Amino acid sequence: MLKVAYFPGCSLSSTAKEYDISTRLVCEDLEIDLVEIPDWICCGATTAHITSELTAAALPAKSLVWAEKQGLNITSPCSACFSRLKMAHLHIEKDPKLKKEVEEVIGEKYNGKTEVMHLTRILIEQYGIENIKAKIKKELKGLKIACYYGCLMTRPAEVCVNDRVENPMLMDNLVKALGAEPVKWYYKTECCGAGFSLTKTEIARKLSGDILKEAKDCGADLVMVACPLCHSNLDARQPEIAKLIKTELNIPVLYFTQVLGLALGYNSMDLMLNKHFINPKPLLKAKGIL
Amino acid sequence: MARIGVFVCHCGTNISGVVDVSRVAKYAESLPGVKVAVDYKFMCSDPGQNTIIDAIKTHNLDRIVVSACSPRMHELTFRNTLERAGLNPYMVEMANIREHVSWVHSDNKELATEKAMKLMEMSVSKVRRSEVLTKMFAPIEKRALVIGGGIAGIQAALDIAAAGYKVVLVEKESSIGGRMAQLDKTFPTLDCSACILTPKMVAVSQDKNITLLTYAEVTEVSGFIGQFEVKIKKKAKSVNSKCIGCGVCVTKCPNKKSLSDFDGRLGPRKAIYTLFPQAVPNVPVIDRETCTFFLTGKCKICEKVCPTSAVDYTQQDELITEKFGAVVVATGFDIYDHSSYGEYGYGEIKDVISSLQFERLISSSGPTEGHVVRPSDQKEVKNVVFIQCVGSRDESKKRPYCSRVCCMYTAKQAMLLKDHYPETQSYVFYIDIRAAGKNYEEFVQRAQNDYGVVYLRGRVSKIYERGNKLLVKGADTLSGAQVEIEADLVVLANGLEPRKGAKEFSQLFHMSSDQYGFYNELHPKLAPVETAISGVFVAGCCQSPKDIPDTVAMASATAAKVCAIFAKEKMEVEPLIAGVNQLTCSGCETCYNVCPYSAIEMKDKEVKRGEVRHVAEVLESVCKGCGVCVGACYSKAVDLKGFSERQILSQVETATMPITNS
Repeated sequence: MLKVAYFPGCSLSSTAKEYDISTRLVCEDLEIDLVEIPDWICCGATTAHITSELTAAALPAKSLVWAEKQGLNITSPCSACFSRLKMAHLHIEKDPKLKKEVEEVIGEKYNGKTEVMHLTRILIEQYGIENIKAKIKKELKGLKIACYYGCLMTRPAEVCVNDRVENPMLMDNLVKALGAEPVKWYYKTECCGAGFSLTKTEIARKLSGDILKEAKDCGADLVMVACPLCHSNLDARQPEIAKLIKTELNIPVLYFTQVLGLALGYNSMDLMLNKHFINPKPLLKAKGIL
Repeated sequence: MARIGVFVCHCGTNISGVVDVSRVAKYAESLPGVKVAVDYKFMCSDPGQNTIIDAIKTHNLDRIVVSACSPRMHELTFRNTLERAGLNPYMVEMANIREHVSWVHSDNKELATEKAMKLMEMSVSKVRRSEVLTKMFAPIEKRALVIGGGIAGIQAALDIAAAGYKVVLVEKESSIGGRMAQLDKTFPTLDCSACILTPKMVAVSQDKNITLLTYAEVTEVSGFIGQFEVKIKKKAKSVNSKCIGCGVCVTKCPNKKSLSDFDGRLGPRKAIYTLFPQAVPNVPVIDRETCTFFLTGKCKICEKVCPTSAVDYTQQDELITEKFGAVVVATGFDIYDHSSYGEYGYGEIKDVISSLQFERLISSSGPTEGHVVRPSDQKEVKNVVFIQCVGSRDESKKRPYCSRVCCMYTAKQAMLLKDHYPETQSYVFYIDIRAAGKNYEEFVQRAQNDYGVVYLRGRVSKIYERGNKLLVKGADTLSGAQVEIEADLVVLANGLEPRKGAKEFSQLFHMSSDQYGFYNELHPKLAPVETAISGVFVAGCCQSPKDIPDTVAMASATAAKVCAIFAKEKMEVEPLIAGVNQLTCSGCETCYNVCPYSAIEMKDKEVKRGEVRHVAEVLESVCKGCGVCVGACYSKAVDLKGFSERQILSQVETATMPITNS
């Protein structure tokens, strides 16, 4: 049985609750043991890593050390958490001085034995597409999905989820395995503007708008994501974006765990599909999935 | 007892301005064995040398020390002086009291003088242990092997043959011509590549001194300068010498499944094929891996249609062994495979093509007969984006070097496109324009000013397929703006890199290569076509990226070097080389493994009567006298003539003793 330390992060406890729920549900179904880190603390995204290298490394190190003690690899569904955990590990490994400081701050030895893996890798690569296929209850036939990876799980290259940086295929392969059709498009790793979401919202609107429009133009019925920040930009901001670019978008944005959950036979309530701004139910009903 | 003369040079005031030369000479007189010591203004001048000759005769000297400049400067001069005085030329030692003393210690004349005295004394103690050495001679096989039938190999072969020497030119493809044959036009004159190349190809085939082996590869090399022994595999062409080159077999061959590598895989290639219409020799070969007959046992159409019964399915690969005195390696280059560039589509977008593919598209003998069309839908193009530095000047791809030709060929391609299709518009994304060459900068200016090619300084961040167009997104760093160009075709300026297998090939000759796999020249400035292996020369892009004029010049230079070897009756070999005492050699092969010049052979030899042992032997004409083997030998069985352990150790001992009697 696959067992892995689980770092949900703050988004999954609030705005992206449905990502957390669907992740736990899908993992339970696939018999993947997610061991939530009992006292996980902030990964340090944005605030820590732009102000203090030490804080940025020490915060994730605390969780990493816990996982290491259990002899587990560590995963997070949130791309920002994943990126911070992995970057902290790389920085500590590269810089002996930093390592010493971190060990002093967290009061524990850092051995760097635990591997940081994004949830997509755990499910799609480690658990394996063939094993997932065997568990499918409902094929997602007729659904055209634009897989959107965003920046945090693809850049920089050394952090990237073991896939092609410019044209990742991990989620596309999953979509295909579930019986749906991944659309061929080129905006998979474009920036959604999350960094400016609150400070310069017009930039976030423009960038997210480009992504949504491209997905629509490429024939996608829905956009599939693996990051709560991307999700809030593409989903919650969609109505204002549509108004801004004077285009009817109405394109549901689902987490990849929700899409996987549908194929495993779970319903709308199980997967909290009602939590999205763009209601996916009409589409899924029309395709005979719900 | 040795009779030594010491000659201390003033070098004008170069030495005497700092070193008290008369004190050095006086000190020399006090040393054992020194019969005479004099100082003089310029020892290398005629009167200076005569002073030495007179002293040798007057004092019956048998060896000398010259305290002067670096031996690199004048050791040969004084060896000749000794020869003229009737002595063995190797009985001279130089003490370098200029570069090692006066030039670097002008701040302390006293200590400088003492150092000069010490260096001189060390040379005296070394020369006391010098032995008479005689120059050696080795025979020369006056035939050259040229490997690679591109323009470099062709030029080298023609030049060597023109001097009257025999040449074997080996080419692995079925025709010579190389990369140049794939090009449409050449910069900066825009003359047709084939038109200037084919006369040279024909000249090769008609030259009586040149034996052309196409569809052949060098598989094994042994021996050394003057005496290389080379195994060459002649692959089965399945077409024999009765072929008249009519081409009926190619026309009738029904098997079009393969893509033509020569055409950048943009067009089909038959199973029996010639590389291109002007191929030399104009004899097709059968690719047995794709030929229907070889795969299924059925077809034989080529055999049926051949008017001269030249098709021969029973031909076998043939291995021949030949002797050569010198080798020119001209194995050329590959272009960088752009499938590692994710931002340009991982090589999966059909209308993003390599520069070499563009050459084939615009060439009238190419797969589209010169029509520049999109590989995806065969439609003509309007907007074309050229991207430079793909696999060049890119640390992230481990290709930090400049490929030197891409700026020029990109300008050329954009100009040709405009010539053929005046309605087209070209855009070039570049880092810098590197147009260093005769008429090169003017050429690039012409592309911009007369041909309206838009040059944008910056990189492309991504290429998107949008409908049947390519959306090229990039930065124009001069205006600071982001640019989006809707293009029909994107042409990448792929950098040059060594041929696949270049490293393995270099092992045949024990040549060294740089971190990218380009072959190393002996010296980057003063021996640019020689390699560390005597008698092996490099020409063209296998050494580093270069354009056609530089390649041709380099090839002619290798020919001159080869001819210089062949012009001698026998090869004179310096005797300052290693020698193995086979009685004490343990046969451990350490020296064999460390020798950078492959100058040591391991042999089973009768070292004493009735005792055959595995021992090392120095190949006298290959050894460069570097001494690595001497240091490596566990049983002290190797020694270096002219730098024997006795000599070196006595110098060291002298160096550690205080100056006496001064």
